[in-house]
Amino acid sequence: MKKLLGLLALISLTLLAACGAQSSSGESITAVGSSALQPLVEAAAEQYQSDNLGVFINVQGGGSGTGLSQIQQGAVQIGNSDLFAEEKSGIQAKKLVDHRVAVVGITPIVNKKVGVKNLTVTQLRQLFTGEITNWKQVGGKNLPVVVVNRAQGSGTRATFERWVMNGRQPMAAQEQDSTGMVRSIVASTPGAVSYVAFSYVDNTVMAPSLDGVTPTDQHVTTNAWPIWSYEHMYTKGQPTGLTKKFLAYIQSPKMQTKLVAKMGYIPVTAMKVQRDHAGNVVHN
Amino acid sequence: MDPIKDAMTHKSRSAKIEARGHLISLACISLIVAVVLAIFFFVASRGLATFFTNKINLWDFLSKSTWEPAVKDAHGNPQVGALPMIVGSFGVTFLSAVVATPFAVGAAIFMTEISPNLGKKILQPVIELLVGIPSVVYGFIGLSVIVPIIRTVFGGTGFGILAGTFVLFVMILPTVTSMTVDALKSVPRHYREASLALGGTRWQTISRVVLRAAMPGILTGVVFGMARAFGEALAVQMVIGNAALLPKDLISPASTLTSVLTSGIGNTVMGSLDNNALWSLALLLLLMSLAFNLLIRWIGKKGEMK
Amino acid sequence: MSAKSIDKFMTGVLYAVAGIIVLLLAGLLGYILFQGLPHVSWHFLTSPAKSFEAGGGIGIQLFNSFYLLLLSMVISVPLALGAGIYLAEYARDNWLTDVIRTAIEILSSLPSVVVGLFGFLVFVLQFGFGFSILSGALALTMFNLPLLTRNVEDSLRQVGFAQREAGLALGLSRWETVIHVVIPEALPGILTGMILGAGRVFGEAAALIYTAGQSAPALNFADWNPLDIASPLNPFRPAETLAVHIWKINSEGIQPDAAAVSAGASAVLIIAVLAFNVLARWGGNRLYKRMTAG
Repeated sequence: MKKLLGLLALISLTLLAACGAQSSSGESITAVGSSALQPLVEAAAEQYQSDNLGVFINVQGGGSGTGLSQIQQGAVQIGNSDLFAEEKSGIQAKKLVDHRVAVVGITPIVNKKVGVKNLTVTQLRQLFTGEITNWKQVGGKNLPVVVVNRAQGSGTRATFERWVMNGRQPMAAQEQDSTGMVRSIVASTPGAVSYVAFSYVDNTVMAPSLDGVTPTDQHVTTNAWPIWSYEHMYTKGQPTGLTKKFLAYIQSPKMQTKLVAKMGYIPVTAMKVQRDHAGNVVHN
Repeated sequence: MDPIKDAMTHKSRSAKIEARGHLISLACISLIVAVVLAIFFFVASRGLATFFTNKINLWDFLSKSTWEPAVKDAHGNPQVGALPMIVGSFGVTFLSAVVATPFAVGAAIFMTEISPNLGKKILQPVIELLVGIPSVVYGFIGLSVIVPIIRTVFGGTGFGILAGTFVLFVMILPTVTSMTVDALKSVPRHYREASLALGGTRWQTISRVVLRAAMPGILTGVVFGMARAFGEALAVQMVIGNAALLPKDLISPASTLTSVLTSGIGNTVMGSLDNNALWSLALLLLLMSLAFNLLIRWIGKKGEMK
Repeated sequence: MSAKSIDKFMTGVLYAVAGIIVLLLAGLLGYILFQGLPHVSWHFLTSPAKSFEAGGGIGIQLFNSFYLLLLSMVISVPLALGAGIYLAEYARDNWLTDVIRTAIEILSSLPSVVVGLFGFLVFVLQFGFGFSILSGALALTMFNLPLLTRNVEDSLRQVGFAQREAGLALGLSRWETVIHVVIPEALPGILTGMILGAGRVFGEAAALIYTAGQSAPALNFADWNPLDIASPLNPFRPAETLAVHIWKINSEGIQPDAAAVSAGASAVLIIAVLAFNVLARWGGNRLYKRMTAG
């Protein structure tokens, strides 16, 4: 009998809930995708919601692949991605509209004990292909190289490989699917090398310069530091209603200079160059 | 109306309740079976697409050791060789079961035969708490404690099958223990009494009578633990290193089916080869646990005959 | 060695094994609490999380975890009870039952990320529940059902046959016997299974990332109308749980105090599970006594 009551309660709860879904007033949109972009969109959504009562912006992660495939199917209103839709196989980029909301610079990081402060791009490439196996070959200590990669298909990895590997395949090595894991592994493993977005570099790891260029926002804006990517918010067709207003809000100069910069991303408005999906660079 | 006739021709209240109860429980089991079938169908339809839509050779999938679905080899074929993950999964699963079983059986004997009082008061809550610790936390303790220890003791990076084994050992311990406890408890008391009456010591009773009678149940528990280890993702992923390489030894980075599946699934586009290949791994996981289950059944049948 | 000294020796070994397991847990707990407790304060427990600044709390995540647990238990326990009863009492011993049992057991070995993705495609998108507590609870139910069902079945089977015969002899139907005689007797076992399941649910992250979501919108704790979007009781709001929060700040968190928040949240999670365990045990014993007149 108790179980019957339980079942009844469950059914009524579900019904109640179903009604709740329909009766909740106000506009709501969902943004899904890139976990690298998620903190920014979340913070922006929080501010937007406190300025405009009654709207609801639901921000979720899940990865760039999820973001692009869900926006392609029209299951969500905004798909966040670290990559151009053109770069991802299985996506028909023509149906999607790109909104660039920030730029992220990516830098190699090494364990502090390797004793290397500068690398050439060629050296970095050889580290990842396995041609250089000991740090003393690049002027560091006698420590074996431990390569830590990001998971296959990750936006950060795609960007890094595009601008560093020059079409060559990295050797099969450790793979991690999150920036935090990569950083803590590099910090704790002697001889480790990997790569993260600028905002994740802290004093537990070392970010060497590349061909003498230091990884700074300044160098990204002029493309002197080539390893960077746009953070995209894709919509299916032109955005309307709340989606449109929210995207305009993130792209507004006020948000770009304040929130975007404060959270460690590089504002799109600060860029002195533009780059398309084929890698062509245009100076502003 | 004649009350007797009434009672004979109409269903009694009890019979009605019985029918209703039967129906309710039948509905529950049907719902669960429907859910299971839906998941099977879902995983199979995507996992098989690798072979039927993308035309990957099944044998290549099982025997090749390069896992880079996005990169084509010299002949223009995508490289989806799952062998490193298959070996890695089996490696951590068997090793962790080998380490966990003596502890689990020991703890279970302690709880049922040696000191039921202490067992119930201390060991049982301890075992249950071990289940309550989330795999994320296990993973981070593994990363910050076990990996450095292995690195200092054995050299290398510390990541690998050995680290995975240690983490999984703690994670499957509760499963194996509680199922072993159940198995030991279901051994009828008169078995023990008979053995003790023949002059057997407690250990003789335990090792020759109780354990033997409970063996199918214990093996079931072990295989269940293995199934859990096989499917565990987050914690293993953090300590095994996730390198799609055939493991050379226990301390070089390796990978499991789940670790590659979990880390890659959000980065691929639904319906693309990269994505389908990951679902094939999931399908493989399903088939493996089917194999584990058939094993359990076979053990059970063998046990019954003796 | 004589049988007696072997007996003594093995008893010692068993004590040692038990001791090692207890030490293992003590070490684990000590480590987590030692790392995390210094960061736990009233403010930490009650304030909402911050997305990129220091000083965020876990108040909403904590509430979400409990609410999600409750909801998924409300859905999965009756189902598991029904299914367990069917398997233990009604199912005939034939190939179909074998297939059903195998299917359920296989489900339990699926990695939770697959369950999560299935939940995402079915509950979040197909059924239109969105990233919500309900989607999360349903995903957790799928993840929890195999273990619970098996546990119920096993617990029921362990109840002696005499109990059932006594019930049937009193003229009760089989169903009534199960409800009034067998279940109360099997309650401690069922309850243990539920605690184990609750622990798994409480700590689960992978299945929830794609279903209950990884954002925790601000809640209005004065609003208990389950229909309002800001109400804590609304099952249709996205709800990041504690375990998901730990996972998230460890993977992509950019808060300067991410490590501290993660350690503190882990400690709170463990304490919550501990408290939940004790409570369930105490409640279970009382219930057992009341239902069996023991």
